[in-house]
Amino acid sequence: MEAIFLAFSLVLDPSVLGVMFLSAVFGLFVGSIPGLTATMAAALLIPFTFFMDPVPAIAAIVTTVAMAIFAGDIPGALLRIPGTPASAAYCDEAYALTRKGKAETALGVSLVCSAIGGVLGSAVLALTAPSLAEFAIKFSSFEYFWLACLGLSCAVIVSTGSTLKGLVSLLIGLFIATIGIDVTAGHPRFTFGNVEMMGGISFIPAMIGMFAISEVLRFIAAPNAQHSVPQQAIKHVFRGIGGIISKYKLNVARGGVIGAVVGILPGAGADIAAWIAYAMSKRFSKESSKFGTGHVEGLVDAGTANNAGLAGAWVPALVFGIPGDSITAIVIGVLYMKGMNPGPTVFMNQPELIHAVFIVFFLANLALIPLGFIAIRLSRTILLVPRHVLIPIILMFCVVGAFAINNTVFGISVMLFMGVMAYIMEENGFPVAPTILGIVLGTMLEQNFMSSMIKADGEFSGFFSRPIAATLGVLVIAIWVLPLIKMVFRAVLSRRVQQTKP
Amino acid sequence: MRLNDAISGVVLFIFALAVIAYSTTFPSLHGQAYGPSLFPTVIGSCLALCGLILVGRGIRAHRHDNQTTTSAPQEQEQENPKDLHGWVQWGDWVSDGSRLTTMLLVPGLLIAYIVLSDIVGFILLSIIIMTVLLYRLGTPLLSTLLIAVAGTVLLQLLFAKVLLVPLPPGLLLPWIG
Repeated sequence: MEAIFLAFSLVLDPSVLGVMFLSAVFGLFVGSIPGLTATMAAALLIPFTFFMDPVPAIAAIVTTVAMAIFAGDIPGALLRIPGTPASAAYCDEAYALTRKGKAETALGVSLVCSAIGGVLGSAVLALTAPSLAEFAIKFSSFEYFWLACLGLSCAVIVSTGSTLKGLVSLLIGLFIATIGIDVTAGHPRFTFGNVEMMGGISFIPAMIGMFAISEVLRFIAAPNAQHSVPQQAIKHVFRGIGGIISKYKLNVARGGVIGAVVGILPGAGADIAAWIAYAMSKRFSKESSKFGTGHVEGLVDAGTANNAGLAGAWVPALVFGIPGDSITAIVIGVLYMKGMNPGPTVFMNQPELIHAVFIVFFLANLALIPLGFIAIRLSRTILLVPRHVLIPIILMFCVVGAFAINNTVFGISVMLFMGVMAYIMEENGFPVAPTILGIVLGTMLEQNFMSSMIKADGEFSGFFSRPIAATLGVLVIAIWVLPLIKMVFRAVLSRRVQQTKP
Repeated sequence: MRLNDAISGVVLFIFALAVIAYSTTFPSLHGQAYGPSLFPTVIGSCLALCGLILVGRGIRAHRHDNQTTTSAPQEQEQENPKDLHGWVQWGDWVSDGSRLTTMLLVPGLLIAYIVLSDIVGFILLSIIIMTVLLYRLGTPLLSTLLIAVAGTVLLQLLFAKVLLVPLPPGLLLPWIG
């Protein structure tokens, strides 16, 4: 109880509230500009969080991202261009509403559902994380090894595109994590005698490169016209929303649950949550033929799901230190930088910090309603900001940010390299999220493997000697083996069908 | 720039072999079978395998593409303009000379910053980089100069004065040092 009061006093500090307000404005702006994603907003924030205390740093990221994910719906509804990938699933639907002259309804539903989804996700986070942490406190290196494997496997399997390319992306990330002094023998690996490489590739510049520089390159490579905003009154955003929400309250609940669960899965974030929720909504709807023609039902489900997914992703991040999506990967990086290693011990030793995270989540999502409303009213002006002016400023901002982490230009080199690599990867259908997870989890994976091996005297059976470790191990193996069995089974089956046909 | 999977596969395979080869030079721990070379070797082997599978897929896709293009070239083109014909498909920006220059300017300017920042300093380089990019992306010259100077001053104030990041002063040392 004491910890909760302490947490409130930490969050309700005027400077923290100020940081949250500025982050909210920043998030709404970045999210509503097409091509600037929520993850990029988080990456651009890191240099600032580097200079903050843990609570304001976390508050800044949580607020920015919650706002940016909602704001991504604004250009989706008005221009049919999703502001962030998380809005892509229902962008056509929202735009169809605008074409019918109902832009107000589309944006109102998005806003209210985003806020409800955020609150639902926060509730899931606040309810599940502490009990999971109590359970996780008993874990040893064996369990953590399997957990890291599980997280990485999920990241590959749920990533967009082909599983093979997801695996390649993960392996690249894991390789990057091996650069530097190794954990067991202290031998420098792949440093080529460079002193700065010995410390390893610090992932802050790497992430700025992968999420911001790659976007800059993509912007320049693709033709980009400034879009004209439809002339339509957007004033009474909340008119009729109450009726829609109460009509589709089951959809709201379902979207929230899907979002939170998908968010908890490592590697799958808000964007995948929105796609799944939209598909579910269509499948189970009584009026599924109306989908795609400007029907609000899908918007309710998916709009709730993407904001719920954000909070869900924090569950594995806080409890095990395993990021649920690219954004929490950034968060884990920031927390490590602050010497606050996420894991069950934080729940025991600094419960006020954990409670503060929960409070920030609720607060940010409630603040979404008034601030999002203002953003909708200003949307026409925001969408007039020419992107070609923003891009060079963002580039220099990234340069300074990457420099500020260690005050050396090495960070800028890392940023440039990773940015070009991420651009080429995405152009060729290699998802970048597994790479990020590989970089973040690579060291943890190796460390836990090595110390487990030492404990077990080099016997691999040690990894199955404890009940939880054995369960997790079997689960990981099943995840990889089952699809293979299915593939073989299908191949055999199709051959039989072919044989019986003629 | 889209590459056929076979090309990505070959690149990955060669890279993986280099990783494995380099890992063999790592010392092993006394009395232990697992040392610093274990993880890089495992990662390298998996990458090499993935690379080979990609090569196989790429070659198959290439053959398939060639067959369909010879039988019905126009239909295929319309059906899926993003489908890859040939080994490498350069994006639109490569054939567009001006966009190609801008695209190459981004890494070029960043490398220039990395090399020159200690001598020339943040402020001058930042103004130059922003001016070049803003102008090339189609901002009128006067607004370009204004935005570049204002943006740079803002970044300098924010990072050097508020966050106390030691941005290199370079040539401007006598005035702002």
